[in-house]
Amino acid sequence: MLTIVLRPLFVLFLFSVLTGVVYPLFITGLGQSFFPRQANGSLLWQGGKPVGSELIAQPFSKARYFQGRPSAVDQITANSGASNYGPTSAKLMDSLKERIAAVVRSNPLADKENLPADLVLTSGSGLDPHLSPKAALLQADRIARARRITKESVIALITKNVEQKQAGFLGAERVNVLKLNLALDAMKGAVDE
Amino acid sequence: MASNLIEVGVSLIFLTALAIPLGKYLVLVYGGQPTGLTRWVSPAERFFYKLSNIDATEEMPSKVYIRDFLVFNLWGIVVLFLIQVFQDKLPLNPQHFSAVPWDLALNTAVSFVTNTNWQSYGGETTMSYLTQMLGLTVQNFVSAAVGMAACAAFLRGFVRHSTEAIGNFWVDLTRGVLYVLLPLSVVFAVFLVSQGVVQTFKPYVSVQTLELQNQSIAVGPAASQIAVKQVGSNGGGFFNVNSSHPFENPTPLSNFFETMAILLIPFAFPIFLGEFLKKRKEGWAVFLAMLILFLVGLGAALFFESQGNPILKNSGIHNGLNMEGKEVRFGIVPSVYWEAATTVTSNGSVNAMHDSFSPIAGLVAMFNIAIGEVIFGGVGVGLIGMLFYAILALFIIGLMIGRTPELYGKKLGASEMVMTVVAIVFPCVTLLALTAVAVALPVGLAGLNNAGPHGFSEIFYAYASGIGNNGSAFAGLTTNTPFYNLTLVAAMLVGRFATIVPALVIAGSLAQKKISPENRATLPTASPVFVGILCVTVVVIGALTFFPAFTIGPVLEHFQMTAGKLF
Repeated sequence: MLTIVLRPLFVLFLFSVLTGVVYPLFITGLGQSFFPRQANGSLLWQGGKPVGSELIAQPFSKARYFQGRPSAVDQITANSGASNYGPTSAKLMDSLKERIAAVVRSNPLADKENLPADLVLTSGSGLDPHLSPKAALLQADRIARARRITKESVIALITKNVEQKQAGFLGAERVNVLKLNLALDAMKGAVDE
Repeated sequence: MASNLIEVGVSLIFLTALAIPLGKYLVLVYGGQPTGLTRWVSPAERFFYKLSNIDATEEMPSKVYIRDFLVFNLWGIVVLFLIQVFQDKLPLNPQHFSAVPWDLALNTAVSFVTNTNWQSYGGETTMSYLTQMLGLTVQNFVSAAVGMAACAAFLRGFVRHSTEAIGNFWVDLTRGVLYVLLPLSVVFAVFLVSQGVVQTFKPYVSVQTLELQNQSIAVGPAASQIAVKQVGSNGGGFFNVNSSHPFENPTPLSNFFETMAILLIPFAFPIFLGEFLKKRKEGWAVFLAMLILFLVGLGAALFFESQGNPILKNSGIHNGLNMEGKEVRFGIVPSVYWEAATTVTSNGSVNAMHDSFSPIAGLVAMFNIAIGEVIFGGVGVGLIGMLFYAILALFIIGLMIGRTPELYGKKLGASEMVMTVVAIVFPCVTLLALTAVAVALPVGLAGLNNAGPHGFSEIFYAYASGIGNNGSAFAGLTTNTPFYNLTLVAAMLVGRFATIVPALVIAGSLAQKKISPENRATLPTASPVFVGILCVTVVVIGALTFFPAFTIGPVLEHFQMTAGKLF
């Protein structure tokens, strides 16, 4: 009788040691040895200090930086989340209207009949680090004015930073917003506000 | 669009090619034979048996198998519950999370033990590193291994005759973890780290952003858990938003392999069926039925999702492209492919928000789950579910032609039929009843994030996901309340045990029967006719049971969306 009750608990204990302690420690060891940058969050650095993660969006509000996708969460806190609004949600359409107005107001290049969806709809994670190239391009004019550089140089920077589909057919073309903004800051001839 | 369809095609070809050797490998694993890994793994295996005093050669009748399975799961729930409610006093809690409240802890414990991985919580704001690894990761392994063990035992009922023995639960469990799940997870976890999935025990990272704000970035031992969550039909994310989080699924390549990992073992199980029973064609017939149902649903979801949303189009969005709840690096097609993969199996991880998909794509997910996830299905249990439908189909045909139904050489009697009906009907009834209760009560409606037909879909989806042991959600619904936490506990328990227990009872009864020779009156189970009958049975049962619910949920919403109506 005692065996019937206690053996399952003991087996669970053995599996806990193996899959709950040994396995994650083993993977941590391998990950930290072979891919330390990735295992620790793919951080990006500027002037010797970490300024964020390549994979995690951070908020940008100033005209001189590319702005990423809208988010359902506060990106500076360690949280992730989505709006979870359905396709007939009135709340979604209300906030969408405001976002579209804001985008059109500050970006002369924006065509308000044909906006790229990712620029005005919230992402799945709330931390999407990317934009479609189109969503970046329509911000070029605003950024060029704010930085007093040519629009062409901003467009060239975007084009240079486009990440293609992996292996030619996986996923989507995209640009990384934080990397793009770091590249902006590193541009020669850029004038600070 | 076109190149992303290539992605789907390449994935399906890879999966089919990998399923064949893996299906044959499973025969060695559950037949107790040496495998390519025996040299490295068998010392650990024997050590396991020795420590826990298990005689690996001793076989069990179904009663003992069921008993050990139940007691093991009961301990699983108790231990996981205790880890959560005491996490504030345990080590490896660098963010100093408080103890998990009892109703949430119970929900999570049942959720992970039943292989559901429903999450009423956000991982990075609730669970300590210790809870994630020592609690959740462990159940990711053993709950998946239990499902595979149950399927192996079920199939032994067809292979064997004149015996009560259907295998040894401890041996099946141990071999499933050591020979299948652990090796796959190790390889996959290392790959995930290479793509950018975090794996560290350090506290969350603090940085100063370019606009000089302090940002806190959640990290943790994620890769080890995400590997097994994909491979074992688990689906419980390390972070709140699961595999749409860039630290869970950083690149299109990681997404490609994570989607394949969802489907890999489920694809191998019908092959395993054919090899294990030495009826290869029968295995392929089941595989084909599953593939057809999968592709029809996937095709419908892809078509409607890529149409865009007319309301978004009128607002000024190019083509009305529905990027709400989706990530740029994946785009529409890989998001829909994942959605279909995770709902035909009982995985339930997501790379895009199901709540925000177009109504018909949402309907496909609901259908896949509500029929019991038998289209490939969860590891092991998916095949069990499909064979329940096969038994039901053969029974109906048997009635029409006045013959005793027979499956794979075993005559199906009254007791097998009763158990099959319990396994198919009991979860459906529970699903509809719980949905009705929640819709009727203020506590049920309080958690809604969307109004109108979509609100109904949120509630229906939650219980379908619980009963199907899926774990994905129309996640706008706030379920971290005592009402939802506890009713979902009931749903998850019904879904898990009303599948596995009947399967093991049937196995015990079939194992005692003689193998009846095939004759001219036997309905061939390797024919195109059988494939057709199986598909029709699944669709008809699903349609009859859930048509009203689908109508007032996603179907109605589709027409409202087309008409531009908002709620």
